[in-house]
Amino acid sequence: MTTSERSVLECVEPPAELASAEEPVPACSFQVKNLSIWYGEKRAIDDMTLDIASNAVTAIIGPSGCGKSTFIRALNRMHELVPKTRVEGTVLLQGEDLYSSAVDPTIVRRRVGMVFQKSNPFPTMSIGENVIVGLRLNGVRDRKFLNERLEKSLRMSALWDEVKDDLHKPGTSLSGGQQQRLCIARALAVEPEVLLMDEPCSALDPIATAKIEELIYELKTKYTIVTVTHNMQQAGRISDYTAFFYLGRLIEFGPTTKIFTNPSERQTEDYITGRFG
Amino acid sequence: MRFETAHQHTWRKIKSALACTIAFVSAILVISPLGLVFFYLLIHGAGSVNWDFFTKLPAPVGAVGGGMVNAIVGSLELLALAGLIGIPVGVLGGVYLAEYGSARINSVLRFLADVLNGVPSITWGMVVYGLVVLRFKGFSAYAGSLALALIMIPLILRTTEEVVLLVPNGYREAALALGVSRWKTIVHIVMKTASKGIITGILLALARVGGETAPLLFTAFGNRFWNHSLSQPIAALPLQIFTYAISPYDDWHRQAWAGALVLVTGVFCVNVIVRILTRGRAASVV
Repeated sequence: MTTSERSVLECVEPPAELASAEEPVPACSFQVKNLSIWYGEKRAIDDMTLDIASNAVTAIIGPSGCGKSTFIRALNRMHELVPKTRVEGTVLLQGEDLYSSAVDPTIVRRRVGMVFQKSNPFPTMSIGENVIVGLRLNGVRDRKFLNERLEKSLRMSALWDEVKDDLHKPGTSLSGGQQQRLCIARALAVEPEVLLMDEPCSALDPIATAKIEELIYELKTKYTIVTVTHNMQQAGRISDYTAFFYLGRLIEFGPTTKIFTNPSERQTEDYITGRFG
Repeated sequence: MRFETAHQHTWRKIKSALACTIAFVSAILVISPLGLVFFYLLIHGAGSVNWDFFTKLPAPVGAVGGGMVNAIVGSLELLALAGLIGIPVGVLGGVYLAEYGSARINSVLRFLADVLNGVPSITWGMVVYGLVVLRFKGFSAYAGSLALALIMIPLILRTTEEVVLLVPNGYREAALALGVSRWKTIVHIVMKTASKGIITGILLALARVGGETAPLLFTAFGNRFWNHSLSQPIAALPLQIFTYAISPYDDWHRQAWAGALVLVTGVFCVNVIVRILTRGRAASVV
């Protein structure tokens, strides 16, 4: 399979199989071209090319150590926090090169928000402060604006009704699932274009997981969402597109229904049916 | 496999009891000096800790009475000035070690800080004597505070570094992922999360240098009167205790005991405050 065939969502020239579909070809948010990432001598991502659709959920699946987290972190340059990382290839966000020398990673991260595996509300701050901290630390002082954004973000993350009377309580006083939704509200408050989620439900019970999944489904009307998951059923439920990674390589990428019902690669089929991984 | 005989069982119990006793006696030996010191100070000093002690200047040589108010205030002034120099340098240095810098440079800096922590305090007095007192031709509060600050810096640096390293990486990542710049993340998220630990380190360093005598001997020098300018010699509680303790007057000896009691009580109070501050540690991570 050649590189160009892998990128199912070529923005410029949509491949025939998609063009013939009933839906119009969605615009793409990220265009990743020949991306390779090294940690020191170790290559974590090996020559990946794929385009990520706007206003859709893209799930990344694969066994541990296959480069899922590294890939998702490369989309907002968070992987650079690890010393001695090296990147080759390009990542375009709405046509702009994320890795151009003129681009400040801080600005990239304002446009591309992130939710982590372990919920991490700031322990020194109240629920309310946690939500608006991104705005406040970037210099927003207008009380009225902050309050509006606080309510809007909490409503979007389906947490408002549960916490509206307890905004002054510590963020860490919430339950695990609520904390994760608080973290989503915190990421939404700075109004990013994209939301990256690195196994957002893996530390949650099934009920909290269902709530987050429902939330992801609603958020995709406004945001592009890229999520890493270990849970195949979850990928099947929430995502529109699925990418299967194995040992740092992109094995297969396409609409979720196709990946799960009729994968073209043997390795994908083996992984999805639970024969390995 | 056989069970042990009754004899083996008894012998094992004896060994266990012996080890337990040795550990218990060692523990008593460790804490007994504190009890002894406090007991002794109370016996000799409590009688002389009175209103005059906290409000009056030292009486002229040979006269009975007087107090140590100038030394108490002098000590506080020296600590404030030393903190002004030592706290920012120590805290920012500790943050640098924990957050920035390459691993190799950091290990060198850490080693140097540990060496500095082991330098005898009188050495700092000599260094400041050479650098400041000789150059500006006079003992001064500035020189005394600088000597104390130099002792505080490596102490605060190491404690700050340790508590900042305890802040889980998830908080740094969460803030950076919100598009918050590195230094704002460090100041508003990392240092705020570690603030209790940092304050604890500062208080312990202040308590430690508050009782230092040697570095003040030829820097602050001591003063029997009020200090009217920080460029003049200044009294300090430990210096006053030293001077009075080696004097030939009984009344001065009593006042030295009283001074020591006040000093130890002060250090004790700081440690209690630290305990109270760190009690909620589990709840707020650091």
